[in-house]
Amino acid sequence: MEGLREVLPILVGVTPFGLITGVSAVGAGMHPVDAVLMSALVFAGAAQLAATSLMFSGAPIWTVLLTVAIVNLRHLMYSLALSPWLRSYSLLSRLLISFLMVDQSFAMQILRYPRAGEGYPRVAYALGNGLPAWVAWTAATAVGAVVGAQIPPEWQLDFAVPLMFLGLLVPAVTTRPMLVAAVVGGALALALAPLPFNLGLVIGSVVGIVAGVVAEGMQPREAHQEEAA
Amino acid sequence: MSRPEVWLVIALAALVTLAERAAFLVSTSDKPLPPFLRRSLRYVPPAVFAAITLPALARPSGVALGPVDARVLAGVVAGLVAWRTKNITFTFLTGMACLWLLTWLVG
Repeated sequence: MEGLREVLPILVGVTPFGLITGVSAVGAGMHPVDAVLMSALVFAGAAQLAATSLMFSGAPIWTVLLTVAIVNLRHLMYSLALSPWLRSYSLLSRLLISFLMVDQSFAMQILRYPRAGEGYPRVAYALGNGLPAWVAWTAATAVGAVVGAQIPPEWQLDFAVPLMFLGLLVPAVTTRPMLVAAVVGGALALALAPLPFNLGLVIGSVVGIVAGVVAEGMQPREAHQEEAA
Repeated sequence: MSRPEVWLVIALAALVTLAERAAFLVSTSDKPLPPFLRRSLRYVPPAVFAAITLPALARPSGVALGPVDARVLAGVVAGLVAWRTKNITFTFLTGMACLWLLTWLVG
């Protein structure tokens, strides 16, 4: 039940994001039904936004998929961090939790499990906040996809996409090496923006990650240990 | 892109995403990840989100305030709100309001 009660803050974040995803998918040229289908199956707003803008600008399929893979790379990190807590559950439970894992539900699980005791119903907790989030996400996309067609271009709603990413970026920068990763990744992607196939994003991301690791290695020893703790 | 192509992309994107989410959760291996990879994963969110955000914010809207585009200015204000509140909805609302205000002032 706790997973269900704590889902409210997730829904507050998921609903406007879903609306925008629906609006911008239709705005890019996607059929409204396909926009909803994509939300239901992919369930990853950042990747969907990046993919839809590419899909209708003549990019080949492999570049769209590469972009999705890069934008969702952070889920590898979530998967790794949660694996010790969920190891004892069935494969089906773990697959379901994986499918429902978004930024917010990961954050809630990783805060909860270390504090809760050994017998805590982790699967119920994960599904209790994951399933309502998925329903809200898909429904919000549907509303956005239907309403989106009626929104006049003067409203410049396409600007919502970079704003959403900005809202994800800023809280993700919590240490100095992370700032280095963001500045290097962002600046390089900006400089390489004219490259085709979204290569600026790919190169900027990879070099930004490396820059973060290098910056961490250059930190004084105490800061190093502090972060490891 | 034709609709069948869109469906293909959706299906493959769903598989790619699930594979990334499930990678370590379904693996039964006890072998720890090499420390270099573990460290790299930590820098994925800031690097990737910045690489998406900056080029998108800098795309000109045609509404210029002197040398600065209205979108860049609205983005800076929204960035400050994101930093102070850590709230994605406030960030979104401030950025849009700022862009509308600037467009209205200049136009």
